[in-house]
Amino acid sequence: MKRLSYSDRIMVVSIYVFLILLSFSALYPFWNGLVVSFNEGIDTSKGGVTFWPRAFTLDNYKVVFSDDNLMNAFFISVSRTVIGTVAAVFMTALLAYGLGKSYLMGRKFFTVFFVFTMYFGGGLVPTFLLINSLGLNNKFLVFIIPGLISVWNMIVFRTFFKSLPAGLEESAQIDGCGNWGTFLKIVLPLSGPIIATLGLFTAVAHWNDWFVPTIYINNENLMPVQTILRRILNSNLIQEAGNLSPETLERIAKKSLTSKALINATIMVVTLPIMLVYPFVQKYFVKGVLVGSLKE
Amino acid sequence: MPPQQGMVSKKGFFRRLFKQLDIQLMVWPGVLLVFVFSYIPMYGVLTAFMDYDVFTGSRIFENPWVGFKHFEAFFDAPAFDSIMRNTLVVSLLKFIIGFPAPIILALMLNEVRHMMFKRIVQTITYLPHFMSWVIVGGLVMSLLSTENGSVNILLENVGAINEPINFLSMKEYFWAILVSTNVWKEIGFSSIVYLAAIAAVDPHMYEAADIDGASKFKQIYLITIPTIMPVITIFMILAMGNFLNAGFEDILILAQNPALRPVSDVIDTYVYRVGLQNAKYSYAVAVGLFKAVVSVGLLTIANYLARRSGTSLW
Repeated sequence: MKRLSYSDRIMVVSIYVFLILLSFSALYPFWNGLVVSFNEGIDTSKGGVTFWPRAFTLDNYKVVFSDDNLMNAFFISVSRTVIGTVAAVFMTALLAYGLGKSYLMGRKFFTVFFVFTMYFGGGLVPTFLLINSLGLNNKFLVFIIPGLISVWNMIVFRTFFKSLPAGLEESAQIDGCGNWGTFLKIVLPLSGPIIATLGLFTAVAHWNDWFVPTIYINNENLMPVQTILRRILNSNLIQEAGNLSPETLERIAKKSLTSKALINATIMVVTLPIMLVYPFVQKYFVKGVLVGSLKE
Repeated sequence: MPPQQGMVSKKGFFRRLFKQLDIQLMVWPGVLLVFVFSYIPMYGVLTAFMDYDVFTGSRIFENPWVGFKHFEAFFDAPAFDSIMRNTLVVSLLKFIIGFPAPIILALMLNEVRHMMFKRIVQTITYLPHFMSWVIVGGLVMSLLSTENGSVNILLENVGAINEPINFLSMKEYFWAILVSTNVWKEIGFSSIVYLAAIAAVDPHMYEAADIDGASKFKQIYLITIPTIMPVITIFMILAMGNFLNAGFEDILILAQNPALRPVSDVIDTYVYRVGLQNAKYSYAVAVGLFKAVVSVGLLTIANYLARRSGTSLW
């Protein structure tokens, strides 16, 4: 490689400096949150805790993990994410496989039927009234059913299925597989990368959602952890949040715990699952994003 | 070959349908779900022209028609001016700063020759995209807080301020905080598409330009950007269609303080407040419909302009 000119070298160096600064700014808020979550709450409020814990403690996490209401919320979040993701990915893939068959009667109509919803929708209030009149409010199913089909993911799946060699399906059919058998035994097992990608996106959407429970759920026992966290952040007086166990509220009142310490420990616990999974799926999803952006 | 469903032709419609019943059964659950959860709400939009009464439930045609009453009420509402201003200003800021940022990041990442470094930067900058607005809001509040917030500590240490500033309760800072948080969250993830477009550039073009003595800056300006222009145009058209979506989750999370409402309230947060919190359903549907119509108009205009320059969505 030939040597870079003087001005090119300045440019390359400034690009590296900028990228380092950008990465720092993306990582630092998480790092600082982690540090505060491991620092004693009262000590943090004196200020100056930035890069390292000053008074290291595990107490904040002990409180989070012993608060029954928070643990119940984690359980709701996890169940919702697992059930919602498996069901949505399966239903969307099934639809995509069916729509991909050129001999499907009504195929053109179905395609327009689905794609139209990407550009037009009823909006928040009509959807809210619909969910209520269906009686889905205050039910766990409100987390699962309305999100079963994603048209965007359906298109990504269909594009992926098209790239599978046609001979595979033919030979499965010769061996006596029907369409369902081909789908379940041949197509799904070969779709690992795309299932990982869309599964991650769907799971993240379920895990991160706080708005659906805010508007449809009144039952405290069905609140996922993001909604509870939002309420804690929201209330100036943490006692008003009403989503923490009495023991935790008492500890905050007695100042053996601060709300900031609790919030940061909760944030870390909520963030950890995504941080652990996502780097492994990254190599797949870059491709998934690209397939998704090439619409037909 | 086994009897393939598609091969059976010239038989009765129902006979053909029955022959491919297995594949039809794969499609029908999806059709039903989308019909219920996407098409029925579209029909619910009609309530914008009625006085909707909760007790009529699904029998919406029992509500009295009132024409454009709710639209007129919105245009005359005292909050109308500030809502429209906030929507336009926030959208414009997000567009001017948020649209080019991932393109610039992609161009920079493309110049990085150390693959390991490149991958680390990508992994880190994609990460915030996967966090909920609740988490991001919590982190932002933590960073900006007057009690051990890193930003205030930094500003105090460099001597820029004497007293910690309560950033999240002051109107002056809200737009800046909102827009920079959005850019911070999405810059990495949005750059993926542009990186892929850049990867498609023929490397020979750079070699030729190198031999001709073009500087790196010139190569970016004269080769990379023109090559990825179609991708940029498509995303710009899509951004135009989203123009009135100034923000929803981010504003609900970051604008906790009611004192911020004069600068933070946009169409979507207004619809949420009057529609779901104050239960003025028909009025809120009318406001939402107004937004949807303007958005489709903007999308059409943008697409028309883009088609004249050679790229378009349809």
